[in-house]
Amino acid sequence: MTLEGLPVVTLRSAVSMANGFPLLSGVDLELAPSSLTVLVGANGAGKTSLLQLLAGLIGLTSGEGTVLGFDLATDDRRLLRRHVGWLGHEGSFYDDLTVAENLTFAAKALARPLDDLPSVLARVDLEGRRDTIAKALSAGQRRRLGLAWLLLRRPQLWLLDEPYASLDDEGRTFFDALLGEVIERGATVVVSAHDPLRSALLAPATVTMVGGRVVTP
Amino acid sequence: MIGIALLVAAKDLRIEVRSRVLLWQVVPFGVMALLLCGLALGPEQVGHSSAAPGLFYLVVVLVALLMINRSHAIETSAGTRASVATLGLDPAGVFLGKALALAIELWLSAVVLLAGSVVVLHTSLHGTLVAAPSILVTLGAIAAAGTLYGALTSGGNAAATLLPVLSLPAFAPLLIAGERSYSAALHGGALEWWVISVVALAVYLGMGILLYGVLEES
Repeated sequence: MTLEGLPVVTLRSAVSMANGFPLLSGVDLELAPSSLTVLVGANGAGKTSLLQLLAGLIGLTSGEGTVLGFDLATDDRRLLRRHVGWLGHEGSFYDDLTVAENLTFAAKALARPLDDLPSVLARVDLEGRRDTIAKALSAGQRRRLGLAWLLLRRPQLWLLDEPYASLDDEGRTFFDALLGEVIERGATVVVSAHDPLRSALLAPATVTMVGGRVVTP
Repeated sequence: MIGIALLVAAKDLRIEVRSRVLLWQVVPFGVMALLLCGLALGPEQVGHSSAAPGLFYLVVVLVALLMINRSHAIETSAGTRASVATLGLDPAGVFLGKALALAIELWLSAVVLLAGSVVVLHTSLHGTLVAAPSILVTLGAIAAAGTLYGALTSGGNAAATLLPVLSLPAFAPLLIAGERSYSAALHGGALEWWVISVVALAVYLGMGILLYGVLEES
């Protein structure tokens, strides 16, 4: 639903509340297509809440916002969700299913061809682990499985919640290379992190959040 | 909707088979509860008591509550909820799939519990077989209602304790209808009670298809 040349994300004074508590208290943000943005801030700054708003997982209480052409105030958030990919730092799949079963479930749910499965597994270097139960994977392998889930889905907007947490240098380099590829192919990526991203491969825009607001666009 | 339902049901059943919680924890718990019921009745009452169908359904409800909590815990584990939500699955399909998986688990558990009732409570095998269709429908209705109430309570800190409080009133008419049908099959009487289970099954399936998406969002 995204329109050529227009921002993928536009937020104006966006406020999100949960149980009377403001998760986001007036966010202004604009993200260009094929860009990488890193949200930085302390715990409770609103990074995950902003990602959740962009994913259509929480609602917009006031203000204006469009994501991939969907109006956050008026459109059905479930329609937006099919176009975004989410990767949490805890994992993004069923622990008691194998790598292949998790990916097959995601592919079938979105009516994607299963033919892509071998190439996706090869890209994230999990070919030898296709029959391993997800909970038996290491932290780095779990992150790779999450990436495979997203590669299979091919979302237009990638939302990654602290994806670098507990990754070693090799894992970070792998992650950077893959993000570079998907951005080159036209996807927009938003990453949350505690600290600004130090990457030799990527040159992201950094957005700092404090108390549910963006303080440096 | 049917495709998503089958996909979700297959996924839930595969997870259950892999984790073996049903086999090694839930069913043994049910058998032990049934055994305790037999001990509580005493040797004189066992085989003569009209309490056996009621005790069977009481144990079924305890087992069902464990299964419902488990069925929804699968979806609310860290990270899974958000990433599965972004698949944008049809909520009606998800409801039907989870209800189907839960019904299959309940039917399998019921086979063991009915065998246990024959052995421990000395219920008649012939009467139990006559009651089988009504038990099948009643457990299907419990699965549909349980899936709906599971979605209502899942994700909260008190889900495990809130579920029985909210769902038992919904289960009550099903338990009464199921118990009366089973009793009628064992001791003679009107079998029409199981029509209540059929109606309840249709009502809860309809409510689930319409409301599951709203409950998930809330």
